[in-house]
Amino acid sequence: MFGLDKKDTTLLIIVACLALFAPFILNPFPTGSAMAQFNAGYPDLMQRFVIFGIFAIGFNILFGLTGYLSFGHAAFLGVGSYSAVWMFKLVGMNVIPAIVLSVIVAGLFAVVIGFVSLRRSGIYFSILTLAFAQMSFNLAYSVLTPITNGETGLQLTLDDPRVLGVSQTADGSIPVTSLFGLEMRSTYEMVVGPWAFQFNVGYYLCALIMLVSFYLAVRIFRSPFGMMLRAVKSNQQRMNYTGLNTRPYTLAAFVISGMYAGLAGGLMASMDPLAGAERMQWTASGEVVLMTILGGAGTLIGPVVGAGFIKYFENIFSKINDTVLHQWFAFMPDGVEDFMVFVVHPFIGKGWHLTLGILFMLVVIFLPGGLVEGGQKVKNWIKGRGKSEDSKSGKTEPAE
Amino acid sequence: MDAILLQILNGLDKGSAYALIALGLTLIFGTLGVVNFAHGALFMIGAFCAVTVQRILNLSFETIDETKTDFLGNPAKVKTAYVESWFGPETGAAIIDWSVPLAILFAIPVMLFIGYVMERGLIKHFYKRPHADQILVTFGLAIVLQEVVKYFYGANPIPTGAPDVFKGSFDFGVMLGFDPNAIIYPYWRLVYFAFSALIIGGVFAFLQFTTFGMVVRAGMADRETVGLLGINIDRRFTIMFGVAAAVAGLAGVMYAPINSPNYHMGMDFLVLSFVVVVVGGMGSLPGAVLAGFLLGVLESFASMNEVKSIIPGIDQIIIYVVAIIILLTRPRGLMGRKGVMED
Repeated sequence: MFGLDKKDTTLLIIVACLALFAPFILNPFPTGSAMAQFNAGYPDLMQRFVIFGIFAIGFNILFGLTGYLSFGHAAFLGVGSYSAVWMFKLVGMNVIPAIVLSVIVAGLFAVVIGFVSLRRSGIYFSILTLAFAQMSFNLAYSVLTPITNGETGLQLTLDDPRVLGVSQTADGSIPVTSLFGLEMRSTYEMVVGPWAFQFNVGYYLCALIMLVSFYLAVRIFRSPFGMMLRAVKSNQQRMNYTGLNTRPYTLAAFVISGMYAGLAGGLMASMDPLAGAERMQWTASGEVVLMTILGGAGTLIGPVVGAGFIKYFENIFSKINDTVLHQWFAFMPDGVEDFMVFVVHPFIGKGWHLTLGILFMLVVIFLPGGLVEGGQKVKNWIKGRGKSEDSKSGKTEPAE
Repeated sequence: MDAILLQILNGLDKGSAYALIALGLTLIFGTLGVVNFAHGALFMIGAFCAVTVQRILNLSFETIDETKTDFLGNPAKVKTAYVESWFGPETGAAIIDWSVPLAILFAIPVMLFIGYVMERGLIKHFYKRPHADQILVTFGLAIVLQEVVKYFYGANPIPTGAPDVFKGSFDFGVMLGFDPNAIIYPYWRLVYFAFSALIIGGVFAFLQFTTFGMVVRAGMADRETVGLLGINIDRRFTIMFGVAAAVAGLAGVMYAPINSPNYHMGMDFLVLSFVVVVVGGMGSLPGAVLAGFLLGVLESFASMNEVKSIIPGIDQIIIYVVAIIILLTRPRGLMGRKGVMED
């Protein structure tokens, strides 16, 4: 189906089902129960899952296939956000032109940065992209204030022209982002017994776009172009010696992944129309690297898993506080309870970055293939057959 | 003329921090061939060594002073630092005042130990793995170190003062025969510059004039041959990693009075120091030092109002622009050696 083999079709269908039923899947606990804090099925978080999923899928096309580790992808995300917000300010609140513009602008930006950065490889490439990203961040933060509104961030105002829409609604407020009149933030709430499931227009738009980008990524992975990129990863020098110029291929991969990042930025601005410079800081690039590695670089589903994983824990872990912990460990004797809370305390709430850092180190050290490889290992272990790891499907390429 | 000199002085000062961190990074590249993204975290830990020493020296107990009363008429409570009670008020206060310089004594063993543990416990397993993995694992380590520090010291910057002797500034211009008030310069910045020059000189002398350093240099050039001569080169490289950590840590200790330590200062410096290393040339120690000072001076020139009025905002991006230009025209950096980190 869709030009994919059976396995990939299954994968695509699974991802589609997950995305479609996410409001149910992520909302397993009844509202008001003690476990309700683990629910992630609210529009804001679900949107973030898929948007960062897109970002990570795009990053994976560059890093997973070619092995070029870019530390500057947040710049494209930021550029995408800025252009989308400008589109909202100037043209109208329809998200389609905004998203299109953000992809185009991020793509052009990626052509320039990629053309320069890809002249070097390895660590030099990482540093060059890092330098470009920091430069863009500084430009956005201070120099280009007329365009980016500096440290305040770019926001919509009532006196924006919006030539194809209205500057302000009848009741005098800023119009909301919409898809041909379908408001992004409109949410239908379905109440089933104690559960409340939320269906959000913005989420479904993002999910649809994520599915399309996922499909495109699968096609890229399976295409001769994807094969060429893998060859670059395994030995670029040999490729060059065979008389093949690898630069156009790597540049194409860089631009494609930059466009994915721009798309993610555009969607982010579509869901919540503001853009700030901190989105471009290099630690934000670090985050997408973390997602891709954690899920499994070079695998199809890995980046999406990693993005979901990190965003879930970022939002859920940081909500847990000492009171909640005391509830958890209440069944223990007092002294033990306090000790357990004391032990767990540094890893939750504001300290969840610590958990993330440790987890990330463990993954890099012991599971270079990320969570996907971990899942497969567990599967094999359960099957209990002494199959060698190489005999598995060609789906997993360890991250290197 | 005096304005230019002032900018050069400012730049040397900023450059000192860059140069020290970049020197440590280059030592690690050159010896172990590892890209250490946790180096900024080591710098940060150094600064927090100063904070720790300050806290230890300020540990105090409360006594009731009979001679005074507080505003309610009760006998007043007085806080006395242990150091003051042990050494007498005069000497004690003087010791507390010198907490930042004293922190150097504390930081050296701590940083050597941290470097040793880091190399043996983590980095050792990454020699054979690709640079991307090294970057990633040390990036993770940097996050962890940073969060641990944040957990113990909080997220706010902690003011750490220089000794009273070095507080304030003085008229540097008069000494050189300029008009008074032309070049006012803080004492501590001069101390920082002198200190970094001392450290840099020390590292170079150590590598140049000791047998140990000679072996390490030989190992940098050809690790296998040195190993075949029956020298335990891995052990020496481990020690060099400790030394590099100590250099970063000392840079941090002395930097504490200039900018109050906070938990993410390492990340802020890390990117810049990588840029410095790349500009100087991977694996070249003199290159790292030169590029550190060069970029520091350039940055402070770019922040002059005269320059900013011609090209607005140049001070924010000058370093990156220079780095990109240099990398594209001289791919190995200013003084890069052949074959280091080229894959």
